[in-house]
Amino acid sequence: MAPNRVSPDIQAGRLPADQYDDNFDDLHAPLDRHEAVVEADRCYFCYDAPCQTACPTSIDIPMFIRQISTGNANGAAKTIFDQNILGGMCARVCPTETLCEEVCVREVAEGKPVKIGQLQRYATDHFLETVEQHPYERAVPTGKTVAIVGAGPAGLSCAHALARNGHDVTIFEAREKPGGLNEHGIAAYKTTENFAQREVDFVSEVGGITIKNGTALGRDVTLDDLVANHDAVFLGMGLPGVNDLGLDGDDADNCIDAVAYIEKLRQTDDLSSLPVGRNVVVIGGGMTAIDVAVQTKLLGAETVTICYRRGQDQMNASAYEQEVAQTHGVTIRHWLQPQALVRSEGRDVTGITLEYTAMNGRLTGTGETVTLQADQVFKAIGQKPAEGLFGGVSIDLSGGRVFTDDDRRTSHEKIWAGGDCIAGGEDLTVVAVEDGKIAAASIHKRLTG
Amino acid sequence: MASLHTNFLGVSSPNPFWLASAPPTDKQYNVERAFEAGWGGVVWKTLGEAGPPVVNVNGPRYGAIWGPDRRLLGLNNIELITDRDLEVNLREIETVKKNWPDRAMIVSLMVPCEEEPWKNILASVAQTGADAVELNFGCPHGMSERGMGSAVGQVPEYIEMVARWCKQHSDLPVIVKLTPNITDIRKPAEAAKRGGADAVSLINTINSIVSVDLDSYSPVPSIDGKGSHGGYCGPAVKPIALSMVSEIARHPETHGMPISGIGGIQTWRDAAEYIALGCGTVQVCTAAMTYGFKIVEEMVAGLEAWMDEKGHATIEDFRGMAVPNVTDWQYLNLNYVTKARINQDLCISCGRCHIACEDTSHQAITNMVDGVRKFEVIDEECVGCNLCVNVCPVDDCITMEQISGTDPRTGKPIDPDYGNWTEHPNNPSVHKEAAE
Repeated sequence: MAPNRVSPDIQAGRLPADQYDDNFDDLHAPLDRHEAVVEADRCYFCYDAPCQTACPTSIDIPMFIRQISTGNANGAAKTIFDQNILGGMCARVCPTETLCEEVCVREVAEGKPVKIGQLQRYATDHFLETVEQHPYERAVPTGKTVAIVGAGPAGLSCAHALARNGHDVTIFEAREKPGGLNEHGIAAYKTTENFAQREVDFVSEVGGITIKNGTALGRDVTLDDLVANHDAVFLGMGLPGVNDLGLDGDDADNCIDAVAYIEKLRQTDDLSSLPVGRNVVVIGGGMTAIDVAVQTKLLGAETVTICYRRGQDQMNASAYEQEVAQTHGVTIRHWLQPQALVRSEGRDVTGITLEYTAMNGRLTGTGETVTLQADQVFKAIGQKPAEGLFGGVSIDLSGGRVFTDDDRRTSHEKIWAGGDCIAGGEDLTVVAVEDGKIAAASIHKRLTG
Repeated sequence: MASLHTNFLGVSSPNPFWLASAPPTDKQYNVERAFEAGWGGVVWKTLGEAGPPVVNVNGPRYGAIWGPDRRLLGLNNIELITDRDLEVNLREIETVKKNWPDRAMIVSLMVPCEEEPWKNILASVAQTGADAVELNFGCPHGMSERGMGSAVGQVPEYIEMVARWCKQHSDLPVIVKLTPNITDIRKPAEAAKRGGADAVSLINTINSIVSVDLDSYSPVPSIDGKGSHGGYCGPAVKPIALSMVSEIARHPETHGMPISGIGGIQTWRDAAEYIALGCGTVQVCTAAMTYGFKIVEEMVAGLEAWMDEKGHATIEDFRGMAVPNVTDWQYLNLNYVTKARINQDLCISCGRCHIACEDTSHQAITNMVDGVRKFEVIDEECVGCNLCVNVCPVDDCITMEQISGTDPRTGKPIDPDYGNWTEHPNNPSVHKEAAE
């Protein structure tokens, strides 16, 4: 169907005022005490448990679940924090269905894994709500200083581990608020009630961590200075750039970078003020595509269609995430790649023409096309490293991302890196946390060895 | 269709499921609801002497332990015998028996250990038309401090004495309810028989403290910060009760004495097990107190279906069939050699069999085979203990299989014939005899 409007239908406040809170409430209501105990009882306390092996941060899952079942929720939280200081956020955003829960023996046995993510949230929430004292005591200050670039999951994890060991950490954060993707990039209904900031506060409680917001590498500080003025540097700035469609009209106001839109959504005090199209098309197949699709639907878009150039099995978003999108009324179409943006006489986009694709050894267009009406087109086709951040410092890259060894050490002897900015990263919060943890151990060894 | 009809001491009931003497049988209202639901009989909650009735605590009477999802596994109570007027109870018993003539009406009794009170109360009960009496020598809490209940049941001479009085002063069949709070259950059963009792019922509740409140440091249930041991019942006590029933059933002095089985009966299967160990009827309380009276429908239907499947036309057809198979350890066949077998198709790789065997038993189950997580039995180490079967969360995933030929663990041939400890060369008494 050809677009028949000349200007896009984009409006704020499509919903009754009282519906926004409901729509953006927790995707899963937290377990209450009884639900948690009943669920915890389902855990078999496996030997050499597959769930623990599958967890990038190696949380002792059977142990923390057993602690929940015996009424020791705060002990359970401590077990989690021992391996993953951002266990609260990971409980909310981890794709558990492709990690711990995928290999749970009860998934194998009956297709119903123990709800590990929800139990982890129960324990960590319980701790944060009932315990005043930070769970870890900072070691005697070493006098060593470490600069960390980026207050996202990798940087916070690294900072906490280093600060615990007595080093003084300064985090340089480009945005005005810390948290990285936890604060700016993850769907709102996954992290309600300002959890990302509460978690940053929790991490910082250990002491010895200074966060400098609004201080961007390459703009406000140089890597040369950081290296010169600190004993070690950790890079955890993520992937600030986004990929364009490479089509005429990429720069139209309503051809939108999904990451930026989600950030705006996460930071607004008034969801009804966000303009959203009547018909929305999202290009991409990952978590960002799902997150922007679901959230525009929740903001009142009439139709939301995700178009992905390959098949369902190749989507980076897990089957569960796809299901979340579909149950929210999002249509997912496969084997379609953007060919041209349809534009009105001015410059606004009113639709998008996509070409059908097929796998013939490699992905090729079939020549057949379809045009979808679109009041907004969201680009969610991956993020890319920022360029020119490192000034005069030379660091080996791989595919544009920072190359690191197993200890997350770069080719520069004083610089470590982790999270999405390094080569081979999996773009997962929990992997970033592990990167930070591994780098911190390596830095600590170097500074005290 | 199998008949569940039961004739126990000449007392007829449409099925063997009686409600035990307890709160569910304390008054007409409850008992008639039970009969409407299908229960075969009741043992009316224990009556005491005429006069001012006992008083109960006004705080909590029950404590419990739970399994997953708060499934009640064990219950304890500190409730006393009926705290209603004797006359009210007797009047209601008479009415209910008239209204429900086909159901068994047994009356539980507990009065001081003197002949006169027993004589008096038996005369009162006889007038109600009740079918039999059950002597409560079992309650371990409260009344025992006053020289009744288990205080009597723990002294075989008293049991014999009171049973004899009852048989002298009443024509009603006499069932003696035994306390498990004793070293050898056969002694009180023998005493009951000597005294002329017609049957025993067991077990009454077990001395218990279900938990300690870690804030008040008080036993649970806590009455104003203090607690007293209660009587324990429910599914958790069934194994103890089955063992005691079997002891009486196979003891030469008491073999053949009618038994009414009590203790943790929740399903038809539990009941069938008690009957297989010789019981003529079973008594239920905790299951009813947990789920209500309707559970008897499942018990009746399940027992009927099982009996049909087995070809048992009546309860008597299978009653006591397990008794000859209860024996002493020394007669168990030491040449029966088993090994665990893990069905790899059913295995979900939880590893519990491995770690249980590795940490606490015989190191006979792998956790890794050729670098892959896999759980296999090492026959050279397996003693056939069955621990892995019991800790495995999957039904029938691990089974025990009898082997013949050579035992890979000992490297010795397995004697195909029966052989027990009494003749085993390692038995010192065998050596002694050989030497003599």
